Amino acid sequence: MTAAIEVKAVDKSFGNVGIIRDLNLNVAQGERHAVIGPNGAGKSTTFNLISGHIKPTSGEIRLNGEVISGLRPFEINRRGLSRSFQVTNVFARMTVWENVRCAVLWATGHRYAFWKNVDHLPEVKQRTAQILDDIHLSHRRDVPAGLLTYAEQRELEIGITIASGASVIMLDEPTAGMSHAETDRAVALIRRLTEGRTLVIVEHDMSVVFGLADRISVLVYGNIIASGTPDEIRGNPKVKEAYLGEEVD
Amino acid sequence: MTNPVTTATAATKDESGGTLSFYGIWLIAAVALVVLPLIFSSGGSLTSFSLIGISIIFALSYNILLGQTGLLSFGHAVQYGLGGFLAVHMMNAVASYDWPIPLPVIPLIGGIGGLAFATLVGWVMTKRAGTVFAMISLGIGELVASSSLILRSVFGGESGITTDRTALPHIFGWTFGPQLQVYYLIAFWVMISAIAMYALTRTPLGRICNAVRDNPERVEFIGYDPHVVRYFAYMFAGFFAGIAGGLTAINFEIANSAYLGATQSGLVLFAAFIGGTAYFFGPILGAILVTYLQLGLTNVTSVWQLYFGIIFIGIVMFAPGGIAGILMKHRPLIRARTLGTVIPSYLVAALPTLALVLGIILSIETVARYTASEGEGNVINLVGIPFVATAPTTWAVAVVLVVGGFLIARVTWRRVAEAWDRAATVARDRGYLA
Ligand SMILES: Nc1ncnc2c1ncn2[C@@H]1O[C@H](COP(=O)(O)OP(=O)(O)O)[C@@H](O)[C@H]1O
Ligand SMILES: [Mg+2]
Repeated sequence: MTAAIEVKAVDKSFGNVGIIRDLNLNVAQGERHAVIGPNGAGKSTTFNLISGHIKPTSGEIRLNGEVISGLRPFEINRRGLSRSFQVTNVFARMTVWENVRCAVLWATGHRYAFWKNVDHLPEVKQRTAQILDDIHLSHRRDVPAGLLTYAEQRELEIGITIASGASVIMLDEPTAGMSHAETDRAVALIRRLTEGRTLVIVEHDMSVVFGLADRISVLVYGNIIASGTPDEIRGNPKVKEAYLGEEVD
Repeated sequence: MTNPVTTATAATKDESGGTLSFYGIWLIAAVALVVLPLIFSSGGSLTSFSLIGISIIFALSYNILLGQTGLLSFGHAVQYGLGGFLAVHMMNAVASYDWPIPLPVIPLIGGIGGLAFATLVGWVMTKRAGTVFAMISLGIGELVASSSLILRSVFGGESGITTDRTALPHIFGWTFGPQLQVYYLIAFWVMISAIAMYALTRTPLGRICNAVRDNPERVEFIGYDPHVVRYFAYMFAGFFAGIAGGLTAINFEIANSAYLGATQSGLVLFAAFIGGTAYFFGPILGAILVTYLQLGLTNVTSVWQLYFGIIFIGIVMFAPGGIAGILMKHRPLIRARTLGTVIPSYLVAALPTLALVLGIILSIETVARYTASEGEGNVINLVGIPFVATAPTTWAVAVVLVVGGFLIARVTWRRVAEAWDRAATVARDRGYLA
């Protein structure tokens, strides 16, 4: 089977500074793949490269076998890849309901339609209500996104990302800044909502990573030093040395 | 899993209730437009109503860009003016070739003119938002305005191109000679355009316009190209601006280069901003106020633009949400039944504020007449009291009003703020304010 995501020999420099060096990454269909690594290793940059936010200096990226490096983010999104942001990135003046609904519109085929009443699209309405229910924000549907609490905004961020029903979901530190209880809730949410889809997740909490992921890649200084099952990563001496230290045992 | 069901029914109920009051508002607006000239039937008020109607369409079209999509244009009059010119040429052609096109259709031709130009230049213009778009819109505005003075055969040079609206085929015996008939033609197009522009905000495209306004970066990650969204918005804005331009051409039976210049572009920005861009009805209020002020102030003072500037700066500084923003701020208070907390403080603040305003007006007029002595005479008529601009007593009154008014007003404004805090706390406790 073709890999969901295939990153081949990708380099990325900002000016003269090489941030990503010879990056290779394979994510199989339906796999839950965690990317870990110290701050500044290039995890978010990797997300930006795959989702089309920035273009690789060299190398190739494929989504379900099709080359996507060089495409614009919306073109990649329409091919079935959706990502969230480490720093909350929502539509601040629009309500929670509208935020999610906007993310549903393209996938339900309404595109740039200016001849349809958006309130009279049953499929859109039903899907939006379902997503709001899934992310536990139904009771906040009419609140402008900018007025939500931090944890609520993080949940909305996930909601917007999954709303289109994309087959590949990429979540960049979805639980960052959350309390223990909130993290547990968010992880349960992620587990449930990405059932049957491919998930790539950046996460710092090791108990979350080892509990959730089928495979883990370790990114250090813009290069993947190890990639494998949680057990393989745990036993990998290079990983222990470079990043995990004693934490894993 | 009962949740989705309950939310769904709640939403439906809410919407049908909303729909009813929604149609009610449009019905009231339509009735108001019909009976208005029956109540105020003088020639002067008919002319005013006609101009206000046109500027309502124009300001609403501007808000498709500014309020809905977040595009600040300094050249929106280009589409308006070109719509006006196309309408005039069309009217002249209809008259000379005896085409069976009646006058009420002409604004549509104006709309097509605005749309055509927007389609032509829009793709390049909307590539970027923000400052880049603002600068290009300014450049295009200057470009078209100066070209209009050069291309004499199309734009008629300084004097413009005239037409005769009564020369078109008549329908139902309406000649459109009398201003009353022109008013009803304009009122008809105001209703059609306002409903269409409101409907546009309720479509998938309209919603995504708001998303592009809020966060164009994120829009790219939910499948949309913000450039295409902005282009659509620009074309729709151009179309409705063209309709307004066509109506102006009908109203004055002329189109000239002033229609597409920077002054006209500035006025529509004024109207939309003063009215408030965050709500659909904001630009309607702004258009009414700005047109009314423009018509009224030009008669009583030579420095009316100065007052415009002061009002604009005042709104930008103290009420960036415009009139609509001020009004809508009170909605949660009304719902929480705590409006009574703030009203008395408003009444108390009104008197010294009024004194301050009168003092400012008196100062401005004194200076204006003292320096530019030509014609106007020296007597300032303020709230029925004649003041002589050269008399020291007038200066003293002005100073007392400004200084005294300000000092007292400042105290009362603080009271207003305190009353607001109290009311807002109550509203928050009752769950009407986030
Ligand atoms: N647009 C950019 N321009 C310049 N440097 C950048 C840019 N984006 C990221 N970087 C740099 O790339 C490195 C990796 O950043 P990032 O991918 O955000 O790390 P991580 O997500 O792993 O913490 C950092 O040193 C950061 O400063
Ligand atoms: Mg990061």
